[in-house]
Amino acid sequence: IDNYDFCHNRAALSSGTERLTCNSITLLKCHFGLSVSFTTVVESHPDNALEDLRLDQPFTELKHHVESYDLDNMEKKDHSHTPWIIVVAKYLEKWYSEHNSQLPKNYKEKEAFRQLIREGNVIHHIPRILTNENGTPEDEENFEEAIKNVNTALNPTKVPSATEDIFNAEQCENITSQSPSFWVIAHGVRDFVRNEGNGKLPVRGTIPDMIADSDKFIKLQNVYRDKAMKDAAVVSKHVEALLQSVGKPPESTSEQEIKLFCKNAAFLRVVRCRSLAEEYSVDTFNKDEITSCMDSTDSEMVLYLMLRSVDRFYQQHSRYPGVYNYQVEEDINKLKLCVNSLLQEYSLNVNVKDDYIHEFCRYGAAEPHTVAAFLGGSAAQEAIKIITHQFVPFNNTFLYNAMSQTSATFQL
Amino acid sequence: MAEGEEPEKKRRRIEELNENMVVDGGSGDHTDWQGRWDHVKKFLERVGPFTHPDFEPSTESLQFLLDTCKILVIGAGGLGCELLKDLALSGFRHIHVVDMDTIDVSNLNRQFLFRPKDVGRPKAEVAADFVNGRVPGCNVVPHFKKIQDLDETFYRQFHIVVCGLDSVVARRWMNGMLLSLLIYEDGVLDLSSIIPLIDGGTEGFKGNARVILPGMTACIDCTLELYPPQINFPMCTIASMPRLPEHCVEYVRMLLWPKEKPFGDGVGLDGDDPTHIQWVYQKSLERAAEFSITGVTYRLTQGVVKRIIPAVASTNAVIAAACATEVFKIATSAYVPLNNYLVFNDVDGLYTYTFEAERKENCSACSQVPQDLQFPPSAKLQEILDYLTENASLQMKSPAITTTLDGKNKTLYLQTVASIEERTRPNLNKTLKELGLVDGQELAVADVTTPQTVLFKLNFIS
Repeated sequence: IDNYDFCHNRAALSSGTERLTCNSITLLKCHFGLSVSFTTVVESHPDNALEDLRLDQPFTELKHHVESYDLDNMEKKDHSHTPWIIVVAKYLEKWYSEHNSQLPKNYKEKEAFRQLIREGNVIHHIPRILTNENGTPEDEENFEEAIKNVNTALNPTKVPSATEDIFNAEQCENITSQSPSFWVIAHGVRDFVRNEGNGKLPVRGTIPDMIADSDKFIKLQNVYRDKAMKDAAVVSKHVEALLQSVGKPPESTSEQEIKLFCKNAAFLRVVRCRSLAEEYSVDTFNKDEITSCMDSTDSEMVLYLMLRSVDRFYQQHSRYPGVYNYQVEEDINKLKLCVNSLLQEYSLNVNVKDDYIHEFCRYGAAEPHTVAAFLGGSAAQEAIKIITHQFVPFNNTFLYNAMSQTSATFQL
Repeated sequence: MAEGEEPEKKRRRIEELNENMVVDGGSGDHTDWQGRWDHVKKFLERVGPFTHPDFEPSTESLQFLLDTCKILVIGAGGLGCELLKDLALSGFRHIHVVDMDTIDVSNLNRQFLFRPKDVGRPKAEVAADFVNGRVPGCNVVPHFKKIQDLDETFYRQFHIVVCGLDSVVARRWMNGMLLSLLIYEDGVLDLSSIIPLIDGGTEGFKGNARVILPGMTACIDCTLELYPPQINFPMCTIASMPRLPEHCVEYVRMLLWPKEKPFGDGVGLDGDDPTHIQWVYQKSLERAAEFSITGVTYRLTQGVVKRIIPAVASTNAVIAAACATEVFKIATSAYVPLNNYLVFNDVDGLYTYTFEAERKENCSACSQVPQDLQFPPSAKLQEILDYLTENASLQMKSPAITTTLDGKNKTLYLQTVASIEERTRPNLNKTLKELGLVDGQELAVADVTTPQTVLFKLNFIS
């Protein structure tokens, strides 16, 4: 999309138009902006997701399963192939009895809890510590895993704030026959959380791999899986009731959709972007963001301001600055005027260094292939994210500087 | 075309249009049409406030790019295709490409220089053909070889080497090769012997691009710890305690196949043969059923056997573009090159992080300092072997250890030749003292991760 089309298209924009615009690549910097009213993402595929093990508040079936283990009276082989989740659960019971049923909260307490596991079995006369052929004590691997995972396994189970925000959103609150299934199911999950879930999301149902024999692992995995299925079924009931209340058939959302939603309940994302009109209007543009970024005069924000100024130059002169060699020098002043008029119109009290004005004239609207390729690849993937509702799109202006190989995302 | 246009007028119009079309230039046509390199020229012929301190605008820079500059591209796969395109369209004409692989149908979704008819052909050759046909004047020379099959006389001819590899071992080898080309005079590095190495890597939605000036900036081995360890399942899990569907597939691949030889003696498992995968899949299902494990699918089976890591076309486009930008900057001195490591991740929004990776003082590849080995004389040779393979900064694969004893070269242990492995195996259980090694003994270690031997110095501790 060419630069100069911007001004024409601004008027034509209606709210809710999904638009991923890749600005004409005029030089060694480029930017593209996103103005989608909002996009919902169920499968955000977060990089470092915490497990949903419920060790702080085990559900009934998990409690019973843990109870079925008697660590103190097990054969050595069984003992060293007991999943670390069971080990931590058992030692947590001990800890609770000595600490007024409070979770280990800070580093000191977690360290004490780890120590409890290390020392544990000595009290119960079964040597937990193996010795290798040299007689050096070695810890059982599954107990090593337990100790290593104490840090993350004991985090209190709660609804992440992003998910809370979704529950509190207007679209979730007011379900109509037009509501997309994302919001219908969200409302259903919210009902679950506030009732059967006791403030917790449906159980995710997956556990990480860990040292264990097949039988113990599969049985434990099934405990979580079965609970996840049960919870999803309850959510389904809520969704069904909801659909009925707005006169939609129950087949409007599939079992698979609901299951997928429940499994990803902790990772739901909604990305709300402002429109181009909002970005450009003197009344609604993001003055604070621009001003604070420009505190550092070499911030990528200066590139955004330059690109907007080049827009103006084109509007005034029907050409880009510095295309021909003889123009470079004289266009510097002309471009500077555009910069100043932009800053004035938006009452921006920021300093745009002359070097950047010179640089943009130097570019003469050149579009180096490698810069275009970088932006093209990025923009293409963002489009795919929006279309597939998987992974999280950026919000909403991305600036890339190929000179320094740096980039920044601004919400404008 | 207007309807009812005279045929002669129409013919001339079509001719005119074709003249302006650059797509079907055809190879062998070296004439540059008007304005072809205008975009590039602006960066080479004009002064600017952000250029490299050494930069001087001139019309000769473009000629250097077009006629003289020689670039080596390693890999013609996901990154390689993008790199070749980017370089060719940026004005580079003398490009060599090395790739030992042939084209697989699964490559076609992103390795866009290839077509279905090319499946089975060497990647380097098809890539070269395509680019030469598509970009008039470009001369890509293919090498259907392993990088290790080419020697220093080959590598020495290039101004810049850019890698789009998929293995850390290959990267380290390339790194070592360029380091071996460095010339030191009286301990001072001859700057003209430096061949910059631009390295790109991608995995799913993540990627990185880095600039290495061998002998001057951090090399691949300086930052070896940045590479996450390869995950291999422990044998006891595979053999007797599977829990995941992947464990079942590995069981069939590693234990059952060699035992049952389903397709005949000496026939290895071929991940690209659907009949092989089907067999593994069926057996994996049986294994899984034994342990009540769910989740074995044909796709999962293939993924495990071929060690498939999902590839995303856009990540390759982005990282290759960043690398090609650096090639351009270095070749022309137009701007200061990336200093020196860029990380990219678009799982959540678009994220980049740029930092300067530091050289390691005692890097086993580039520091020229003999590596210290601290062991008691009672330690067994096996312990040194384990250290060489397990240490995070060394991560050797199958090191061969030799030393000089009584003035003669002696092989202490070597794995890669069966007869020598057998002969030297007893040494692994002997102590360093028993082997006749003394404090300060120099050990020379060869390994697939480096084209040159690495020198170690034994430092006896009590």
